[in-house]
This record gives sequence, structure tokens and C-alpha cells, in this order.
Amino acid sequence: MADINVGRNILEANERLAAEHRRRFAQAGVKVLNLISSPGAGKTSLLEQTLSRLAGRLRCAVIEGDIQTDEDARRVAACGVRAVQIETQGACHLDGAMLAQALEPLDLAALDLLIIENVGNLVCPVDFDLGEDLKVAVLSVAEGDDKPSKYPALFREAGVLLVNKIDLLPYVSCDLERIHRTCRALNPKQVAFDVSCKTGEGLPAWVDWLESWVKG
Amino acid sequence: MSIAQSLLSIVLEEAGRHQVQRVTKVAVKVGAWANVVPSSLTFSFDLIKEGTLAAEAILAIEQMPAQGVCHACGASIDMAQPVFACPECHSKDIELTSGQELYVDHIEAE
Repeated sequence: MADINVGRNILEANERLAAEHRRRFAQAGVKVLNLISSPGAGKTSLLEQTLSRLAGRLRCAVIEGDIQTDEDARRVAACGVRAVQIETQGACHLDGAMLAQALEPLDLAALDLLIIENVGNLVCPVDFDLGEDLKVAVLSVAEGDDKPSKYPALFREAGVLLVNKIDLLPYVSCDLERIHRTCRALNPKQVAFDVSCKTGEGLPAWVDWLESWVKG
Repeated sequence: MSIAQSLLSIVLEEAGRHQVQRVTKVAVKVGAWANVVPSSLTFSFDLIKEGTLAAEAILAIEQMPAQGVCHACGASIDMAQPVFACPECHSKDIELTSGQELYVDHIEAE
């Protein structure tokens, strides 16, 4: 009978990869975003809108995480941006090993900004550090104003909050101020934008902020 | 499931390093805010341990409470529910100090 002291972090393998990726990104001088939301909050629409506004301003590429299909990568590629699809085949989040493969075809030194669109999920992606500089949480008003308090981990860790689909506010019962109040309490340093990918409202402010963050 | 796989690979690595015959118990500490459901972790671990040195291992999960501290008045805060301000002095300068743990504490083996 042996009692073996272990004291090892279960996610250590992922954290090692994250540290390695973080070093690589810094060396190449590319800023990296990890875009996280529930399915249908509008991550891909937001990417389309953001990337078309950044054309000629920043050199961008996208890594698309989905359980299945390369539909999102095709939508992003249609904006004239290099997109690499990861099909997780069932996994509900991206991890360091999947990211390592997706990074292979990309010339990081030729990029200013790499956006990783995670698998639609408010829970698991938060646990798997990808070595990004910034987590961006996307929440649509149709999901309800209780989501930040129900899924606090994401909204605490996200450096930026994008509240999407504000064109739907007249039709859904969502207290926008409650979302911001909860998120400010969870992370007082968080930067927040209210946007609509349908009408374009709020997008210029977000894109200007993003450009100066990347260049800063 | 990927957390269970990472857990099993750590257990088997330690078992190999200490040259044991079989692992009987795996003690894991999981923070209340670690986004891990003990019953799901046990279910996944039990599925994948078959045919390994840990096939008979019991997974003992100790849940760690979420605790925080107020930087303004120094009070320690129970953070089982999301807390937005210090209950003592109402400062918002509070920080989670434990509750995000997710690690293998020890294993028992023969």
C-alpha cells in the first residue's frame, strides 16, 4: 500500500501549451483574442462585421472552433480574411493541442491580430487557456439579463464585453443596465460595448477600440 | 470528458513513475468555482479507467469552498454565491482566493 503525494493541476498539460503559445504570440508581435459566447449569440456575425471594418487597418486571421462543419470559416473567408477551421468532433471547447494544429498553416509574424472563435459555450472554454491576450465575451440581449450572474466565470475573466443584438431590445424583456451592473461588479476593469450586427450600431466604437488596443 | 482524460493521464504517469501494480484511490480537490461537476467527472473517469492500472480506483472528490478576501477591510468572504461587494464594508475591491482549484492531491496504490 503506497500513498503517493501528487499535487498536480489536472489542466497542467493545457496550461503548458498555453504558456508556449503565449510566448510564440509575443515573439511574433501578434495580439490574440479568444471570443466566447453561447451558441447563437452572434460571434460569427460579429467577426464578419469587425473584419470588414478592419480591412486595410490591421492584418487579421481567424481560427474557427466548431463541433462540426466549416461553415463559419467559409463565412469569415468571404470577408477576405484567412480562416482556419477546427472541427472539435464533439468537444465543447478548444484546447491547446487543437490550437497548436490550427496555428501550423499561419504565419504569425505577418499578422497584427488573430481572433480565435471558441465553440459556443459559456462554461468549458473559460477553463482552457489558449494563451490569448484577451477574452471577449459576447452576450445577446435575447439570452436574458441573468446570464452574467448565472455564468460568472466567463464574465469575470473577460476583458471586453460585447452586448449584441441591441436592435431586439424593444421585443425582448432584457434589462441592459442589469447586464452592465453585474459585469462591472464581476470585473470592474472590463470594457463594454452595446452593438447590433444587424444595424451596425455601436460597431465603429468597438472596432476603433480594438484597433487602438492592437496597436497600443 | 477532457478533464477526466487529463486526470487519468496524470494518475497513470504517477503510477508508472512509482512502479505500482494498481491504483486503488485517486483523491482530487475541486473548487466550487472550477466549473467541474463531481458526478460528471466520476462518470467520465469510470468510463475511461477500464483496462488501465487505475481500473479499480475510486475517485474521491473533495469540494473546496469558494473564499474571497476584501482588500479594503481585510475581511474574509464566503463566495459560495457570487458576491459583488464586501458584506462588512461594502467595498468592491474583493478577490477570490480559493474555489478555483482543480488538482490531483494524492493517489493510493499497491
